[in-house]
Amino acid sequence: MNATTNHTVKVAILGSGNIGSDLMFKILRDPGHMELALLAGIEPQSEGLARARDLGINASHAGIQAILDDPNIRIVFDATSAYAHVRHAKLLKETGRIAIDLTPAARGPYVIPPVNLGAHLAETNVNLITCGGQATIPLVYAVSRVTPVPYAEMVSTIASLSAGPGTRQNIDEFTFTTARGLEVIGGAQQGKAIIILNPADPPIMMRNTIYALLDSEEVDEQAIVDSIEEMVVSVQAYVPGYRLKNPPVFEKRATPEGKRTLVAILLEVTGAGDYLPPYAGNLDIMTASARQVGELFACQLLEQR
Amino acid sequence: MLKPPRLTDTTLRDGSHAMRHQFTRQQVRSVVEALDRAGVPVLEVTHGDGLAGSSIQYGFSRTSEMDLIEEARNAVTRSRIAALLLPGIGTRKELKEAGARGIQVVRIATQCTEADISQQHFGMAKDMGLEAIGFLMMSHMRPPEFLAEQALLMESYGADCVYVVDSAGALLPDGAAARVRALKQALKIQVGFHAHNNLGLGIGNTLAAVEAGADQVDGCLRGLGAGAGNAATELIAAALDKLGLNPGVDVFALLNAAEFVVAPFMPFQPIPDRDSIAIGYAGVYSTFLLHAKRLGKQYDVDPLEILVELGRRKAVAGQEDWILDVTLELAKQKQTSTQEAIPS
Repeated sequence: MNATTNHTVKVAILGSGNIGSDLMFKILRDPGHMELALLAGIEPQSEGLARARDLGINASHAGIQAILDDPNIRIVFDATSAYAHVRHAKLLKETGRIAIDLTPAARGPYVIPPVNLGAHLAETNVNLITCGGQATIPLVYAVSRVTPVPYAEMVSTIASLSAGPGTRQNIDEFTFTTARGLEVIGGAQQGKAIIILNPADPPIMMRNTIYALLDSEEVDEQAIVDSIEEMVVSVQAYVPGYRLKNPPVFEKRATPEGKRTLVAILLEVTGAGDYLPPYAGNLDIMTASARQVGELFACQLLEQR
Repeated sequence: MLKPPRLTDTTLRDGSHAMRHQFTRQQVRSVVEALDRAGVPVLEVTHGDGLAGSSIQYGFSRTSEMDLIEEARNAVTRSRIAALLLPGIGTRKELKEAGARGIQVVRIATQCTEADISQQHFGMAKDMGLEAIGFLMMSHMRPPEFLAEQALLMESYGADCVYVVDSAGALLPDGAAARVRALKQALKIQVGFHAHNNLGLGIGNTLAAVEAGADQVDGCLRGLGAGAGNAATELIAAALDKLGLNPGVDVFALLNAAEFVVAPFMPFQPIPDRDSIAIGYAGVYSTFLLHAKRLGKQYDVDPLEILVELGRRKAVAGQEDWILDVTLELAKQKQTSTQEAIPS
């Protein structure tokens, strides 16, 4: 082993589309303890593969096989499709690689870096839920760690141009998966997700609104605000464009279960513009989270050596 | 030769907005019985924002929409029950349940630029044996040729009809007619038109759409609907009857239904008042009206300013959370400008 491999872990990206390309730029810009060894796609004429080669990155159109052929690759980001990931997950597990899944396949546990990644660093496959989930679950968690949240709802509005065919043809899956994430990781007893595509030109920044209904009428508003602000800072560490548009709003709302305290959190995510345009904050937060998860796995692998 | 359009009444769906989603089983039953008796062939019953619309974002339903659908289905002798579904809010899960509770028609609504998010829902609706109708919302935001392309997508997914939906009540009669005509020319299936009365053109636009060849049109008794309300079902019936295009309904029975069944429980009569006209003028989603009024009062901001700003930002169907956003920003601006006005 040469000196660099003692300090870095070889990683590969599977999928040479928009997400794979943006992730490539993020890892190249800030590699941390990762060395991007390969970008693998399946289209020989893929622009993404050509772009990688121009940047001096090894690129292959042999798909998963190119990764299986290189035993030094320890971590694999899968930015293909849920359908493809089911097959990839099996092959990667059999060959002892860690899979970071950006598709909705969910073969492994859901992870949100600042919330629960620490608990899953022994897993061999983790899933990043959805873009809206990465944006909103941390804030639901920030509320539920202070006071019980019987019901949380998120509304994600993204620019039409940033919604690819995968999202468009599977919009129900976004709703189901995100709502489940609000419950399992966000800590809400019941979660609900709504997604809206806005075609305005120039495109709008990704906007998310989080509503949490609280159990009691008497709540420590300051403790909730502090927890939310702390969480925003934690997410900003890997998604710089993550910010509250306004301070959290508290009000009393009539619900089917009676009058409850509602906290509304208005969030905007501006993309870093690594490869995708800044309005595509929804895609940026996925690739930024993926990079963060990869970095934490890489550090752990190095510690184990 | 014009033929009578099919009339769909959506008092129990679009009216849900004006009712703040508080419809009771009894109200639904009485409205459905009256419409069924008058011969209206399709009655839409759902939360105002479609299946699964009951939420903090849009307002919680007092009674589950599934229970209301079942109540409606049990009350009809000949009318068919429809539900609205907005992909992104409702899913195939709710569509399946609505089917089990008795709907025979589903109207699948998308922003008029985003028809391609509806494919899986049309697929399921056809598998369930439902009549499936596409709803291109906020149709004023795009020109006729563009809408026709989006409608063609819905046709390719299996739609039986596609509606030009003037969600903002922002179209003028020539714009309504041009859009219907463009769809009629492009599609093999039927074309519908759904009006709002924000500019006082609910009936005028509906008649223009019928003259342009619309096969289906929507109304609400007493115009009970979002914004300044919809084209009133009883008015459409009376006007079409005078045109010799009565769609097979009993006009006087509808007048009675509006006057004696719906009017008594309405919280207010939707009309093109100041804020509703602003909605039509600025081209924003009609359902924003009551939310803007509530937040305007809460934060001491003029609802008209809120609505105009939402129009400037090109908010689309379902973006009620932006109203809070805009209100907070306008309130902040107002505070800053007041402070600046005080000499230090």
